[in-house]
Amino acid sequence: MAKRIDVSGLNAYYGSFRAVEDISMTVEPRSVTAFIGPSGCGKSTFLRTLNRMHEVVPGARVEGKVMLDNEDLYGNGIDPVAVRRTIGMVFQRPNPFPTMSIKENVAAGLKLNGVRNKKLVDEAVERSLKGANLWNEVKDRLDRPGAGLSGGQQQRLCIARAIAVEPQVLLMDEPCSALDPISTLAIEDLIGELKEQFTIVIVTHNMQQAARVSDRTAFFNLSAVGQPGRLIEIDATEKIFSNPSVQATEDYISGRFG
Amino acid sequence: MDTPDTAPPQDVPTSPDLLADSPDGPRRGSRMSDARPAPGKRQAGKVRIGDRLFAGSSRGSGIVLLVVMAAIAVFLTIRSVNAISHDQGNFLTTFEWNTQEGAPLSFGIAVLAFGTIVSALVAMIIAVPVAIGVALFISHYAPRRMAQALGYVIDLLAAVPSIVYGLWGALFLVPHMLGVNAWLNQYFGWTYLFGQSQPGAQPRSLFSVGVLLAIMILPIITAVSREIFLQVPKMYEEAALALGATRWEVIRTSVLPFARSGIISASMLGLGRALGETMAVATVLSPSLLLSFHITDPGGSTIAQNIATQFGESQGVGRDALIASGLVLFIITLLVNGGARLIIARRKEYSGANA
Repeated sequence: MAKRIDVSGLNAYYGSFRAVEDISMTVEPRSVTAFIGPSGCGKSTFLRTLNRMHEVVPGARVEGKVMLDNEDLYGNGIDPVAVRRTIGMVFQRPNPFPTMSIKENVAAGLKLNGVRNKKLVDEAVERSLKGANLWNEVKDRLDRPGAGLSGGQQQRLCIARAIAVEPQVLLMDEPCSALDPISTLAIEDLIGELKEQFTIVIVTHNMQQAARVSDRTAFFNLSAVGQPGRLIEIDATEKIFSNPSVQATEDYISGRFG
Repeated sequence: MDTPDTAPPQDVPTSPDLLADSPDGPRRGSRMSDARPAPGKRQAGKVRIGDRLFAGSSRGSGIVLLVVMAAIAVFLTIRSVNAISHDQGNFLTTFEWNTQEGAPLSFGIAVLAFGTIVSALVAMIIAVPVAIGVALFISHYAPRRMAQALGYVIDLLAAVPSIVYGLWGALFLVPHMLGVNAWLNQYFGWTYLFGQSQPGAQPRSLFSVGVLLAIMILPIITAVSREIFLQVPKMYEEAALALGATRWEVIRTSVLPFARSGIISASMLGLGRALGETMAVATVLSPSLLLSFHITDPGGSTIAQNIATQFGESQGVGRDALIASGLVLFIITLLVNGGARLIIARRKEYSGANA
């Protein structure tokens, strides 16, 4: 199920402002790639270009190529809606649909895909909730509102919702930044399990988290406020955190930044 | 109808240092978690004159509102009871309204209540879907500049006086409804509702009134719904987008459910206007005290319109009879609003308010 992402020469704009400049990188399948870097360096923007969520902001546009195996996501005739069905996303703040029950939340993507068979839906709901390590906590209250869960549970519910449609890639935009340490640990364990099946890209401000969960790490930086963000380097996580090839990376990681 | 919510006295915080807290939730909690020994009822030197003024004036407004409501209710009830006790017919089942001087008093509410409800219902069935569509177009589809212009036009429609709508209805809408009615009669006559017992008659009917009321309540429903749609948090729309939802699917999965109670409230505002509309109805309708389910036939009567047309010719108890019909309108509005509140409350925990 997991696919490789190949990005080349990607620029992302908000109106006339270039937020991300000339990024090329490869994201390996069945692995976790972490994006780190200071605020405003464009890592979230870049993440959102990978499933064409960037362009839903009015005035935003993208130049360059994003290849998912052999398919250019920005090619002619590619439907952004179809891209988003293949590449799932988990957001910074848990956002289960407030008007839906736990079960309806997980089934939301299936419903959009036209899966009507009740048995299939029930199976997928159970499989996804188990996959998100949430099943045991909610199996007796699947019909309760999803918004009634704790923050960490809500975030795992969102992960369950994203994996229910069996995407090729799972993008996570600071998925733990609104959570307490115990919920964070639960999500990190989950990421370790999910990478057996999915290609995972995670944006994080927490460098220990990047070191713990990822196989490869990409460091982004910007030369000054108002300048576009750039990819400084991407390498195996141990290499980035022990012996990075660029001085700026080492400065950032060791806290001697700026 | 808000009386339970607005009954103020015991809810107003008396200790000024607590005024900063939100009024309902954390008061007790914050006091418990306080590390200091529990403060006395009133801490010397901390009474702010502004706090007292505000607490006093908000309490005062609440009380004034209650008094006014009670006064209206008492007035309506006393006069109504007086009128109904003089009624020679049956107030609920008599199909006539004879309250003129000299003639024996005989009146019943049935035809008026029927006409009021039917015309308002027709208006709601036409206006609510259109209003939701227009509001969605403004909030989610139209380019920003166009959305603004459209918003202004809609607000402008709300500012047109009802007598102008009435004139437009009588001089333009009614003649043009002839063709519509003929068409409805031909293809939907079998529903009985749209069948005509006298085809070709000037359609000064409850149906025409309903169409006119629909146009009149469209702006208020649109304006309120648009505000609600704009308030749906981006994060829920993004959640749907990231699952691969099209624009319509985003609206269906995250916007409409979130806005549900707001849409109901907006519709109730519109319905309130439709039920109480007087001048426009009186201008368009050719009133008659016939209860007919052929809603495109001329005739019928609504409570508010009946009060306006009869008031000048009635005296004494006759006027009290009109007041009694006003009380019925008041009760219908109360029931409808209560029903809407029940619907909203039933799914409160799914409302998104606690997200």
